[in-house]
Amino acid sequence: MEETSGRTVVIDPVTRIEGHSKITLKMNDSGRVEDAHFHVTQFRGFEKFCEGRPFYEMPSLMARICGICPVSHLIASAKACDALLAVRIPPTADKLRRIFCLAQVVQSHALSFFYLSSPDLLLGMDADPTETHLFGVLEKNPELARQGIRLRQFGQQIIERLGGKRIHPAWVVPGGVSEPLSVENRDAILAGVPEAQQIAERTLEWFKSVREKFREEIATFGNFPSLFMGIVKPDGGLTFYDGKLRLVGADGKIEADGLDPANYAEYIGEKVESWSYLKSTYYKPKGWLDGMYRVGPLARLNVADRIGTPRADQELAEFHELQRTAVLSSFHYHHARLIEILYCVERLAELLEDSEILSKHVRAFARPNAFEGVGACEAPRGTLFHHYKIDEQGLIRWANLVIATGHNALAMNRSILQVAKHFVIGDKLSRGMLNRVEAVIRAYDPCLSCSTHADGHLTLQVELIGPAGEVLDEIRS
Amino acid sequence: MTVAAGIKTLKIDDRDFSARAQETILDVARQNGIFIPSLCELKGLSEVGACRLCLVEIKGSNRLFPACVTPVEEGMEVTTNSERLQRYRRSILELLFTERNHVCSVCVSNGHCEMQTLAQKLEITHVRFPYRYPKAEVDASHQRFVVDHNRCILCSRCVRVCDEIEGAHTWDLKGRGIHVRVITDLDEPWGSSETCTGCGKCVHVCPTGALFEKGRSVAEMMKRRQFLPYLTLMREDRE
Repeated sequence: MEETSGRTVVIDPVTRIEGHSKITLKMNDSGRVEDAHFHVTQFRGFEKFCEGRPFYEMPSLMARICGICPVSHLIASAKACDALLAVRIPPTADKLRRIFCLAQVVQSHALSFFYLSSPDLLLGMDADPTETHLFGVLEKNPELARQGIRLRQFGQQIIERLGGKRIHPAWVVPGGVSEPLSVENRDAILAGVPEAQQIAERTLEWFKSVREKFREEIATFGNFPSLFMGIVKPDGGLTFYDGKLRLVGADGKIEADGLDPANYAEYIGEKVESWSYLKSTYYKPKGWLDGMYRVGPLARLNVADRIGTPRADQELAEFHELQRTAVLSSFHYHHARLIEILYCVERLAELLEDSEILSKHVRAFARPNAFEGVGACEAPRGTLFHHYKIDEQGLIRWANLVIATGHNALAMNRSILQVAKHFVIGDKLSRGMLNRVEAVIRAYDPCLSCSTHADGHLTLQVELIGPAGEVLDEIRS
Repeated sequence: MTVAAGIKTLKIDDRDFSARAQETILDVARQNGIFIPSLCELKGLSEVGACRLCLVEIKGSNRLFPACVTPVEEGMEVTTNSERLQRYRRSILELLFTERNHVCSVCVSNGHCEMQTLAQKLEITHVRFPYRYPKAEVDASHQRFVVDHNRCILCSRCVRVCDEIEGAHTWDLKGRGIHVRVITDLDEPWGSSETCTGCGKCVHVCPTGALFEKGRSVAEMMKRRQFLPYLTLMREDRE
C-alpha cells in the first residue's frame, strides 16, 4: 500500500530471537479472517553455542541475548550458577541484585510505555504512522516525552552506578555481585527517587485519563480467558527476584501455587511451531492450547495478592476494580506496567535505606557442587528461566532458556487473531488495522526491537492470504 | 678498552643511541621509551621472536627484523614505525584475531588483555580477513586453572616461564602450522599432569585470557607479572 511505504515501525525486540517478525492472516471464503500467525523469523542459538564454556562465563554471555533486558538474563543466569555452586549468596548481594532487577524493570517498562506505546495512546490508533514515534509525542506533549526519557534514565543510571555500565554490565556473578555499593552511589540513586516517583504517579494519572478513549481496543486487544503465571513471594506479594510460581485462571482463582521454578519442565511444555523460531509454551496439566497462559505485568498483578509498597498497593486495588475476575484484556498490560514502575521506585528506595546495603561482603565463593541448576526471575516481560547442566570440570554441557516472550507466544497469536477478526473485513488492509495489530503486540512488549534500531529498516510485514493461498494484500512497514 | 669494544652505537628513528653488544634492538628501544609492539616478549624470559609484531626495518636490507631477537650492531640504522611496519603489524594482529575465537566482551581478561590493548593502540577497528572459527577445546581439568585454546595466540610465554623459571617444563607446543597447540606434559589433560606444580606462573604471564584462574567471571582475570623480573634478578644474584 502506497501510503504505508517509507514508514518506520518500532517494535520492542524479542530476546533470543530479536529482530524480524512477520504476521500472516488467513482469510476464509467470505473474506473474514480465519487464522493469524505471528512469526519470529530469526534464530540466535545461544543455548547451543554456550556448550563447552566455563559456567562462570554464563551470566555475561547470556546477557548478550538482549540489550534492553540484559539485567534479567544476568540475574536468571547468575541464579542458575548459584544453584550449580549450591551456595546461599550474602544477604547484601541478594538485596543489591534486587535493586538491580527493579532498576531494570523501571528502564525497560519506561522504554515500552513511553518510547513504544505512548504514541498510540497519545496520538490515537489511526494517527499518521509517520508521526507515531517518540518525536511525535515530543511535539504533541513534550512533558510526557521528557518524563519518559527521565524515568528511563533513572533506571539506566542505577544500573550504571551498580554495575559499572548501562548495558551488559558484568557485575552480577555466580555467588553474588563483584563490587559492593558505595555511599556516594547509594546517595546519588536515592536523590533521584522523588522525581522518579512523581513521574510514575503522574503518568498513571495521565494513562487513566486517556484510557476511556480506547474502549473498542480494550474489548478486542487480547480480551479472552487464559491462565496467568508469575513468581510471587511466600506471602503472595509481588516480586521480580525470587519466589515460587503461581498460576491463576481467568476467574481470578488460583490454579496452582507454590510451584518450584527449578521444576519448571514438569509443568511447562515448550512446543515448536513450523512457522516460527519462537517456541510456544503451555501449562502441561491443561494441555496444548487450553494451557495457554500469559506472563508479564498484567499476569503478575493478576497472580499477586498484594504488591507490598503503599502507593502501588493503592493502585493495585483500583486495578482490580477493572474486572471482578482476573483482568483479562491485554490492553491493561500498559496500566499494569505503570503500577509496576511505581512499585519498583518505592521498593528500591526501601532497599537502599537498608542498614546492610553498604556491606562489603557481597560474594560467596565455592566450587561447583551440583551438576544442574535452574535460575528464574521475573523479567520486565515475564517469567524467565535459565537451566544449565555442567560436567565435572564445570563446563556447560546443556542449556535451556525459557523466555518471557515465549510464554506469551500463544496469547499474542490469539490477540492478533482477535484484533484482525474485529478490524479486518473484506480483502483490503487498512492503516488503522495494521496500527492496531502492532499495538496489540506492543501491549505485550515482546523483545523485537534491537534490529529495528540498528538500521532503521521496518520489520513488520503483514500478508493477507486468500483461501487458495494467494496473497491478496500485503503491507511492509 | 674491553668495555669500549663492547659498546655499539646505532640510530633508532634517526636518534643516536649507544648499547651493550649483547643487547637487542628491542632492549634499547624499551630503555629509551621508544614503542615497539610485542606479545611474546616478556622481561625475564628468553626471546623467541614468535609473534612477529616487533618487526623493524634496518637500513641496507629489504628484510624485516624481529627487534626482540636482533642484537644491536655498530652503525645500525633502525626504523621502528614506518607506514609499512604499521601495515604489517596491523595485519599480523588482525590475523591473530581471525585464527582462533577471540570474543572480548565475554572474556575473563576483557579490559586487562595485552592483545586487546595493543589492538586499541594500533587503532584496529575492523578485521579485514575472514574469521576461521576453529572448534577449540577448553581444558578445565586442573583444580585451579583453565586453558581455553580459543584465546591462545601461541606466544609460548607459558612454555618458557614453566621451563626457565619454574623448571617444570610442563607446557610445550605440538603440531605444525595452523594446528599448533600448547600442551601439558605429553598432550594429557592439565589436571592429570604429573609435572605441573600448580604455581600459576603460566597463568599470569599469558597475555590473553587463554590461561586463567577457575571461578573468575568476565573481565575479572587480572594478571600480575611483577614477580618475574624479581625472580630472575634474585636467581642471577645467587649465581
